[in-house]
Amino acid sequence: MNIEQQDFYTQAILSLAALVGLTSFLMLGQGRLLRLIFIFAMQGFLLTLTAALAAYSLDNPHLYISAALTLVLKVIFIPWMLRREVIQMNTHRDIEALHNKTTVMLGGASLMVFSYYVLNPVVQTTSPVMLNALAVSLSVVLLGMLLMISHRQAVAHVVGFMAIENGLFFAAIVATNGMPMVVELGVAFDVLVAAVLFGIFFFHIRTSIDSLDVDRLNRLHEVDK
Amino acid sequence: MIAAYLVLLIPFIGIVFFALAGHKADTGKLNVRFNAVCLLATVWLAINVLNQGTLLSSGKAFLIDPFNVYLIVLTAFVGFTTSIFSSPYMAHEKELGKLTDKRLRLYYSMYQGFMLAMYLVLTTNNMGVMWVAMEGATLATVLLVSLYRTPESIEAAWKYFILCGVGIAQALFGTILLYYAAVQVGDVENSLLWSVLYENASKLNPEILEIAFVFMLIGYGTKIGLVPLHNWLPDAHSEGPTPMSAVLSGLLLNDALYAVVRNKMLVDGASHSDMAGHLMMGFGMLSFLVAAFFLHRQKDIKRLFSYSSIEHMGIMTFAFGIGGPLATFAALLHMTVHSLTKSAIFVTVGHASQVAGTQSMEKIRGLIKTQPRIGWGLLIGTVAIAGFPPFGVFTSEFLVLLATMHSYPWLTPLLLLGIGIAFAGLFRHIQPMVYGNQPEGQLPVKANLWPVMIHLGLVLWLGLAIPGFLANWFSQATLLISGSTPL
Repeated sequence: MNIEQQDFYTQAILSLAALVGLTSFLMLGQGRLLRLIFIFAMQGFLLTLTAALAAYSLDNPHLYISAALTLVLKVIFIPWMLRREVIQMNTHRDIEALHNKTTVMLGGASLMVFSYYVLNPVVQTTSPVMLNALAVSLSVVLLGMLLMISHRQAVAHVVGFMAIENGLFFAAIVATNGMPMVVELGVAFDVLVAAVLFGIFFFHIRTSIDSLDVDRLNRLHEVDK
Repeated sequence: MIAAYLVLLIPFIGIVFFALAGHKADTGKLNVRFNAVCLLATVWLAINVLNQGTLLSSGKAFLIDPFNVYLIVLTAFVGFTTSIFSSPYMAHEKELGKLTDKRLRLYYSMYQGFMLAMYLVLTTNNMGVMWVAMEGATLATVLLVSLYRTPESIEAAWKYFILCGVGIAQALFGTILLYYAAVQVGDVENSLLWSVLYENASKLNPEILEIAFVFMLIGYGTKIGLVPLHNWLPDAHSEGPTPMSAVLSGLLLNDALYAVVRNKMLVDGASHSDMAGHLMMGFGMLSFLVAAFFLHRQKDIKRLFSYSSIEHMGIMTFAFGIGGPLATFAALLHMTVHSLTKSAIFVTVGHASQVAGTQSMEKIRGLIKTQPRIGWGLLIGTVAIAGFPPFGVFTSEFLVLLATMHSYPWLTPLLLLGIGIAFAGLFRHIQPMVYGNQPEGQLPVKANLWPVMIHLGLVLWLGLAIPGFLANWFSQATLLISGSTPL
């Protein structure tokens, strides 16, 4: 695959895929919550660009709605909510000491390789471009999980959760030019409700353990102790 | 088709009504009525399907076939009987000062919200909408798990939210891959409709579909409570209010399994390999055995029975994985009897813990002496769930065993061992709770045990003789899933 021979749309999608993947890695190594939220908003913005570009190039107007929804939800509303939470909790100056940062980053890189391996059969039916796009989306999903595992703050968990949604959204735009409208609206609705619920949860967790450190949610055990 | 729309409309009205009206003295009874009307609508729907066969709504948005219609009726039935139980139970919790009017308003509104999500999962023809509804069910119940606002319940709800949310995201990735495979062969507009996918299954790319199925199984499997994705389940069941445990165990787990089976039918049509079935067998067997061992180490009565739910979901997943007509028939029957028995048990457990004032099994003693009906209800329910004849669980487990002996004889000892271990795990805890001396000052509570008696009566009936129309129905569903009938 020679990238110069592809049309403009394909080249742009490949670059955006690379950038989305990059933002996931940036989030993985970020110990400051406010920066983490900022990078998350950047990733949302890249997705908005992707959706708008796909809508324009493929002449698919319903993707404009998806782009607008992403902009409102993932670039404005959720980052705003999380930022407010962090500042209220007065944790915006804390730097979370991440354990085994190197291992986590290496783990992230291997997850990316793993994604390419898993999705390799896709190449049979389509161009290698699609493989890149799908593999990046899957790795964004997996990196979101790794982010949740390696961070202890509830806010970082929400960012990881939403980053997983971002990966799925990217796959839906690039691989299939968006899901059917009813599904896309439904998913956006679920994301919105989830965001509101997270806000309620922050309040509950704060009042019950006086912190948003999820390591302190440790009362329930699999078996008796 | 009107009946199907009614089934969706009634709980929707319920959500709005309970949210606006707030909690009053008779809200619990109104909730019972909403569920009763919905049950009638589902029965009407079932009669329609019985007379006319598979129904497809005009816009192809909804599909009702023999497989989902019986689950719809089961959902409505368990929803209805649980609401009968929930009305005095929640009133009692309010008297104890554990809950306020505001939280009860949330509870009743979201009870209907959960029912709506369940009906939508079952009736929809669109695999994407199915995912949305499944996620909606999590969102509706997550605040109910933390209804008591204790640190434990908030922890349980957070775990439930995060684990199920992340898990089910995998299922969406699977759905996207499915859509991706489908747009390459069919028209874009209808490509996510199950009926269209099923017709074109043989044309879909088998390798992409197999990858998609792995993601679906992990995603929906989190909701089924398959080991090792089960951690949220005992927490959410033990910390939430008991009526929620009953509907989560009886309905949510079934519907998640339903989603997996729907997808398996597509993958089987495309690939003609046993990959999907083998994966389900592996996960099912693992969940079954692990949960059976964990039963022995529990202290909380609701956690005990949630591990028992994992165990039974394991058996069902295993049986659907085997895939032949006999195993499929057994799995369908097991879904029914497990839902009925488990929700009956949670109802009695709810009353038992109100009698004893605790959920800790060490402190629950002498139930038969204090309130014989609750004690016997718990004992008979446990006998039924452990798979004793003549209850229905015995019949379905026996059929699963037969199917295993036929197809994979070397797995039979594992299955028998697991059933034995689970039986011992349940009875070592239950026996001292129902017999034995009651602690001083233990008083009976106001309890409505009709739901329990009806459920256990039905399970007994299904164990003695499955009525003709129901057997016929199961056979039709089996024909749909496995391609031939067992009878």
